[in-house]
Amino acid sequence: MKKSKVFWGLCLLAIIFYAVVQVMISGGILDMYYQSILIQMCINIMLAVSLHIIIGITGQFSIGHAGFMAVGAYFSAIATMKLGLPFPVAILIGAIVAALAGLLVGIPSLRLKGDYLAIATLGFAEIIRIIFLNVDYVGGAAGMVITNLSNWTYAFMGVFVTILVIANFTNSRHGRGCISIREDEIAADAMGINTTYYKVVAFTIGSFFAGVAGAIYAHNFFIIQPTTFGFLKSFDILIYVVLGGLGSLSGSVIAAIFLTVVSAYLSGYPEERMIIYSLVLIIVMLYRPTGLLGTKEITSLFKFGKRGGSKV
Amino acid sequence: MEWLQQLVNGISLGSIYALIALGYTMVYGIIKLINFAHGDVFMLGAFIGFYAIARWDLGFFPALIIAMLLCAIIGVIIERVAYKRLRNATRIAALITAIGVSLLIENTVIYFRGASPEAYPEVLSNKSISIFGANISSQSIMILGVTIVLMILLQFIVHKTKIGKAMRAVSHDPDAARLMGINVDNTISATFAIGSALAGAAGVIFGVYYTRIDPLMGVLPGLKAFVAAVLGGIGSIPGAMVGGLVLGVVETVVSALGYSLWRDAAAFVILILILILKPSGIFGKNTREKV
Amino acid sequence: MTANLLLEAENVGIQFGGLKAVQSVNMHLNKGELIGLIGPNGAGKTTTFNMLTGVYEPTEGIITFDGKKINGLKPYQVTKLGISRTFQNIRLFKDLSVLDNVKVANHNKAKHGIFASILRLPSHFAGEAKMEEESIEFLKIFGLDIYKDEMAKNLPYGMQRRLEIARALAAKPKLLLLDEPAAGMNPQETHDLMELIAFIRKEFDLTILLIEHDMHLVMGVCERIYVLDHGQLIADGTPQEIRSNPKVIEAYLGEEVVE
Ligand SMILES: Nc1ncnc2c1ncn2[C@@H]1O[C@H](COP(=O)(O)OP(=O)(O)OP(=O)(O)O)[C@@H](O)[C@H]1O
Ligand SMILES: [Mg+2]
Repeated sequence: MKKSKVFWGLCLLAIIFYAVVQVMISGGILDMYYQSILIQMCINIMLAVSLHIIIGITGQFSIGHAGFMAVGAYFSAIATMKLGLPFPVAILIGAIVAALAGLLVGIPSLRLKGDYLAIATLGFAEIIRIIFLNVDYVGGAAGMVITNLSNWTYAFMGVFVTILVIANFTNSRHGRGCISIREDEIAADAMGINTTYYKVVAFTIGSFFAGVAGAIYAHNFFIIQPTTFGFLKSFDILIYVVLGGLGSLSGSVIAAIFLTVVSAYLSGYPEERMIIYSLVLIIVMLYRPTGLLGTKEITSLFKFGKRGGSKV
Repeated sequence: MEWLQQLVNGISLGSIYALIALGYTMVYGIIKLINFAHGDVFMLGAFIGFYAIARWDLGFFPALIIAMLLCAIIGVIIERVAYKRLRNATRIAALITAIGVSLLIENTVIYFRGASPEAYPEVLSNKSISIFGANISSQSIMILGVTIVLMILLQFIVHKTKIGKAMRAVSHDPDAARLMGINVDNTISATFAIGSALAGAAGVIFGVYYTRIDPLMGVLPGLKAFVAAVLGGIGSIPGAMVGGLVLGVVETVVSALGYSLWRDAAAFVILILILILKPSGIFGKNTREKV
Repeated sequence: MTANLLLEAENVGIQFGGLKAVQSVNMHLNKGELIGLIGPNGAGKTTTFNMLTGVYEPTEGIITFDGKKINGLKPYQVTKLGISRTFQNIRLFKDLSVLDNVKVANHNKAKHGIFASILRLPSHFAGEAKMEEESIEFLKIFGLDIYKDEMAKNLPYGMQRRLEIARALAAKPKLLLLDEPAAGMNPQETHDLMELIAFIRKEFDLTILLIEHDMHLVMGVCERIYVLDHGQLIADGTPQEIRSNPKVIEAYLGEEVVE
């Protein structure tokens, strides 16, 4: 079938890309600086795509995504640093606890709509952050010192699995159920979609992969502190999804890549960077509120795949 | 009589929240936008007041009035430049624009003067007055007085003036208001002006009371004021006042009980409880989407 | 009542704040009937639909469908039991393709779970293929298959109305509620639509409750008619009975029903 050809084609491309980068790293062509940017890019892609399933696909406006990232970061760090578990197990623990947190936050708050949901998720994320701030076991405000275990392979695997799972989910009856909620919740309900269930499912999957991103992030920076996971971090993630195009997976990936590069270039000018960021955000919202790609996927621009839907 | 002292502290903090919350609630009531930049207007008010007092040697009241005026103008500019085009945009686009404006204001201020904090000069004499055995600062009383006067003024504007009537009409039903010949655009601008002036006043009062201001000072009080507005029932002016006071008192009590690190969590716990149990807030009305 | 009874509403009503939008409505629909629900603007027809489908929970009365009490159920639960509907103000999934609109309604007929889809197990492919096939069948009935990859929002108005019905039908209901399906259509389109409704009714063994403003149309196709006015049922009966009912004539105050 045509669709599955595109799917396998993209998989193959991704693996080739991985191998090329890995060879360049082994061959010393990519130094530590570029490696760290690449890993950062992967983390941001995971964050963007995991928020995309919540906002872009299901239409649930969450602005507290950094909270789930924090859960993944802290719990994976506890697993490696305190319990001495291997890193892959720690990633899984971080992700599962983040998913549970997502479930716990999602069930009460997803009854809310629009602005109210947004503000509730922001509130929950702040509460999560303040809890970490107050628990001495994880270092309180000073944070937690962590060994560097993340590398290109883990980061790439993380992105690969995140995109694969979320794209496969989106392109199934379950994903269509979620999109129908985004399009018109009342009509979706009337067509037999259990809207509460699918909202919670999307939220939980999104939180799970935010947890994966958090775990890889935590083991990439030697230290994590509660302040890192404040709402500015949540806004950053939101910006990827919105600039890329609400509803477009490839759009959020492209935005995450692009903004990671821009941030890296402007890292010496933090104020200017934020001013440019915010101006771009305002201008895009005023003149192109659908973002870069709208709900379309990059693949559809090249005329494979179907119109309006998602890729794979 | 320590509890009385704490109560006064709580009410002082709460009245600052209330002043900010009023702007949130009025703007939300009229264009259904969570104006995230509102907390930053509060911050600008604090800085304007600071420069007025420290650089131009003005007294408290002139500084307060200048801050209110300039903030009103800033509020109208924000509305005209950024928000006006969003009237028919999606809620997400509107909210993200507001977040963008907020980031822009904060970082522009940081760009021009750095992120370092500033110490507010002492403009109000700070004597301790003993009431029922509690030591209450004259500043607290002054702040309360100013807040009460501003709120009475607001009530007067909203209920007794033409612009107030227009504001209520537009927030009730903008289309009907337009048909009745009300200039909706001007009414919305007026709402921003009044809300921003109150936030500016809150900024100066905050500076005088807590003496430390910085470019990111608006973020947390802004969010909490929003919580206060939701608590009181968003769109409701008395709701914002009561919500602000309740929140201020609760936070002070949490701190006084020795959980000061949890203080910020209290506001968000309240927010979530109210959103889940009674999203329309204390004074709000339930509405149901027509199908 | 007989074993033929499909839906029964007993003293059903709802209040919004102080406004009693609908009160003490008694209705029964037998299997296979095509029944009209008419009344002036604001009479409470759509509100009645909303109560029957779980969008609003009635504040009084009991609704029984197929022997089960359904008030208090969520809309999706009611749909699963076998009532589906269209909306007066078209509510398609605008940014989804025409085909996907129908597939969404087909959702509950498929069995493959979330993990099957994520892991792309054979059951996913089988399930999706079956959904696709069935959905295209529904589109064909309504002459919409040529538009299948078009986004719903790009369809011409009349086609959007048809898609609403196709979508409702894809949920495989026993009872289909149509809220002004011909609104805004020209006489030719309306005529075609009515033939289509008659066809699907036979083909799928449906019971249909139809809200419609066009009197000729309602009188022409419905076996029985309920008339609502100011939230209350003022008459029910055959088209002949309704036509000559003085209360109905009064409610419509000389509108075309009189002739
Ligand atoms: N969610 C709601 N909140 C408040 N009032 C409502 C709500 N839904 C409907 N109403 C009111 O109930 C009454 C009946 O409305 P309804 O939409 O059922 O009328 P209708 O018979 O379908 O009219 P039309 O022919 O115009 O479609 C109206 O007065 C309407 O304003
Ligand atoms: Mg109607």
